[in-house]
Amino acid sequence: MTVLSVVQATYVVSGVLFIGSLAGLSKQESARRGNVLGVLGMTLALVATVVLALERSERPWQVTAVLILLVLAVGASVGTWRVRKVEMTQMPELIALLHSFVGLAAVLVGFGSYLTEPQSDTVHLVEVFLGILIGAVTFTGSIVANLKLAARIRSAPLNLPGRNAINLGLVVASAGLLTWFLAAASAGADAAALTALVLAALVALALGWHLVASIGGGDMPVVVSMLNSYSGWAAAAAGFMLGNDLLIITGALVGSSGAILSYIMCRAMNRSFVSVILGGFGTDPGTVAEGAAGEHRETFAADVAEQLTAATSVIIVPGYGMAVAKAQHPVADLTEKLRARGVDVRFGVHPVAGRLPGHMNVLLAEAKVPYDVVLGMDEINGDFGATDVVLVIGANDTVNPAAQEDPASPIAGMPVLEVWRARDVVVFKRSMATGYAGVQNPLFFRENTAMVFGDAKEQVERIIQSL
Amino acid sequence: MQIGIPRESRPGERLVAATPTTVRKLAALGYDVVVEAGAGERANLPDKTYVEAGARLGEHADAWAADVVTSVNAPAAPELDLLRPGATLVSQLAPAARPELVDALAERRVTALALDAVPRISRAQALDVLSAQSNVAGYRAVIEAAEEFGGMFTGQVTAAGTTPPATVFVIGAGVAGLAAIGTASSLGAKVRAFDVRPEVAEQIESLGATAVQVEGASQEVSADGYASALTDDQEAATQRTYAAESAGADVVITTALVRGTAPTTITAEMVAAMRPGSVIVDLAAAGGGNCELTVPGERTVSDDGVIVLGYTDLPGRMPQHTSQLLGTNVVNLLTLMTPGRDGNLVVDLDDVVVRGMTLTRDGAVLWPPPPVQVSATPAPAEVPAAEPAPRTPSPGEEAAARRGRSRRNGVLTVLAALLAGLAVAASPPDAVGHFTVFALAVVVGYYVISAVTHALHTPLMAQTNAISGIILVGALLQIGVDDWLVTSLAVVAATLASINVFGGFLVANRMIRMFRKGAPSAAPVTPGVAR
Repeated sequence: MTVLSVVQATYVVSGVLFIGSLAGLSKQESARRGNVLGVLGMTLALVATVVLALERSERPWQVTAVLILLVLAVGASVGTWRVRKVEMTQMPELIALLHSFVGLAAVLVGFGSYLTEPQSDTVHLVEVFLGILIGAVTFTGSIVANLKLAARIRSAPLNLPGRNAINLGLVVASAGLLTWFLAAASAGADAAALTALVLAALVALALGWHLVASIGGGDMPVVVSMLNSYSGWAAAAAGFMLGNDLLIITGALVGSSGAILSYIMCRAMNRSFVSVILGGFGTDPGTVAEGAAGEHRETFAADVAEQLTAATSVIIVPGYGMAVAKAQHPVADLTEKLRARGVDVRFGVHPVAGRLPGHMNVLLAEAKVPYDVVLGMDEINGDFGATDVVLVIGANDTVNPAAQEDPASPIAGMPVLEVWRARDVVVFKRSMATGYAGVQNPLFFRENTAMVFGDAKEQVERIIQSL
Repeated sequence: MQIGIPRESRPGERLVAATPTTVRKLAALGYDVVVEAGAGERANLPDKTYVEAGARLGEHADAWAADVVTSVNAPAAPELDLLRPGATLVSQLAPAARPELVDALAERRVTALALDAVPRISRAQALDVLSAQSNVAGYRAVIEAAEEFGGMFTGQVTAAGTTPPATVFVIGAGVAGLAAIGTASSLGAKVRAFDVRPEVAEQIESLGATAVQVEGASQEVSADGYASALTDDQEAATQRTYAAESAGADVVITTALVRGTAPTTITAEMVAAMRPGSVIVDLAAAGGGNCELTVPGERTVSDDGVIVLGYTDLPGRMPQHTSQLLGTNVVNLLTLMTPGRDGNLVVDLDDVVVRGMTLTRDGAVLWPPPPVQVSATPAPAEVPAAEPAPRTPSPGEEAAARRGRSRRNGVLTVLAALLAGLAVAASPPDAVGHFTVFALAVVVGYYVISAVTHALHTPLMAQTNAISGIILVGALLQIGVDDWLVTSLAVVAATLASINVFGGFLVANRMIRMFRKGAPSAAPVTPGVAR
């Protein structure tokens, strides 16, 4: 029984724990256990790795130990500090940022792996090359996604002319560099091979940046989960190059997780994954802001309060606007007050509401809204007809009847929450501007719809006061 | 542009087309408002309140010579001459009843917008003068009837005896009819009401009245939302109902108007059959009257002592509120037609509301407008066919397309599998083991993740993010390599990855802990976990 075999055994245990961890996340009841299992798996893996690293250390083991301790200390303190500071509304950008770390780490590990053994078989070289490529795309892509989500750069799609040609060109360039890299490495020309590798990294960085910059802010949920998937594949690629099964298992888990989330969201928007990734609608110049304008009816907090008090069933449909206005706390407060009066208040959450899958659920949970009144689209869509009042807070495209009624609409066929079937609909909105898709929303002009303009948080607080 | 608010020249007219409140809104739209001196006098709105609201006072001619003139009534001949060619007139023009006026306006090259020809579609309600005015008229009709009627509307039980409540019969449950029903009910009268559209019975009953039913007399609403005339059979059946109901009523309020003209509902015979002292209020007097004895604008008493009120100025008898409502209709119209909020009126004939109201423009008569679809239910085929409706593929085609897609996907999968197989076969034996692990992990991941509830997708992402920090393992193993370049790269990589590991787990934990169930039993709080 060598150290290596013990470590390998530990890795197997870790891998199983990770699978258990993700399985635990399938339900709210078991989610905490899932989190703990993940931490446990990670701790085991790290302890085993540290032992192995010290045993294999080519320097005096004390130096390596000090470095490892330093790294973990820095990581722990920075990680903890960032996470404590973050607000739930900023979760999407934090997660995007964390993805970029994995991407960059994969790039660095890839270079490290190449520098350690520049002369090796082709399979290993291909693995190194792919690891760096995926890592680099993840890195810049996540940085751009982070900046867009944090509104530090314009969230509108970049829209360079010939954007698909650029992407294709970059991919072809990487393929060319791979050939050059393999040829140079097998010929023993280390300098040339390294140059090819660095160039490939640069090309991949450009590709990642351009890919995400071309996608609009509203598609970020898909992008973030796609990057999540990439960061997993990057880890898996690193596992291949290091011959480490734990990395492969974990990377594959994360990779398929992100891919499935992206797929679920694309289906919720009735769009193909490819069209989202290559910059989907909202970038098509022909589909922006189509007519169907009309007269809307404005209403005010005091009237809404009256409507709510008289209602027996209320559904609240939150959207990204609620996150922007940080209105989840007053909304939760309102819910509690109404429920205390015997009003049946529930939430209807569209799968792509917000900037992350499940973003709205997290915000509502933060505000202590019980999760059993927060329902998904399929669960609640049939109930709108029997509902007295629907409050649409900062949602737009996800409640657009045009998706079902106007086959010419750019969002035609996208599943939407059928709020208009309710007796009264109150829409909270900053102004009459169109939503992300740039499509006018006929809901606002319906006879049973009234608009409340202004900051959602303030308006909801006012309603609470007038209750 | 300038907006002129003239003083109404029609004798006895007390209304005005703008109040100080609406003048402020017009000014906010960027218009200069000229108000004729004394315009609001009879509605208890002195000139100085207009000046305070930002209007300029002017002469009669100034107001009529503005770029946009808004008045309550159609201009009389001398006023017509004051209008500048190219000016816009916004007023109640009754185009169906007065085609000669429409021609005269076209001749003067005036753009004429009829406030009383607003298409009855939802979004145009805010500028529908007829609805607003009818509402007032219906209310006032009951007030007038109550004044003429020699009894109390409500029933009384007193020491001196009992009086029955008055019976009010309302014909037509449009806006005016419903207002009359509501007002009469609230005064305590017993209200019965009839409308040729059976579906409004519910509305009648919601206001506390009894809906009178007539067998075989029902009518569909025409496509543009106004009632249309009845067939002969229906006519006869309703006539019998009118006779029976009016004979038993103390007050009859008629509101039947079909496109500006009034069908006869109460014949002279029916009046003769009514009790002396009964009151008929004819809200359709302006269109000639529903009652044969109605003299428009007058109060008459029949030989049998039935009072017939044919007042045409019922809204004008409540000038304050009516002017306010009318003025607001005008503001709403101008808001619609001033998209730039810059005081420039834009006549957009592609807008069905504007198109429906426009009688004349550039010397051409545009009345009557093309029919407007009130709601899409009766005739979906009539959606403006600017572009052909997209062809919906038949189920068969769709299935074929799906089969094609799945075949293509199948081919792609097989290709990918072949390529992967080749790559694996070409790899050294230990790599094959890795591929096996990889493939199995992807499949396991697929099934595990598919089970995750949507609400937990964000924590899931944080958790997988933390787990993907496992690359830390690779970085740590490289730290010990005897090459400072590799070591430094590894140190940086390990630092980043460890931020991920710690941050990801903590943030996932923070989020997961927030989810709690509504029932009190299911909210156990674990103490001592980092928050």
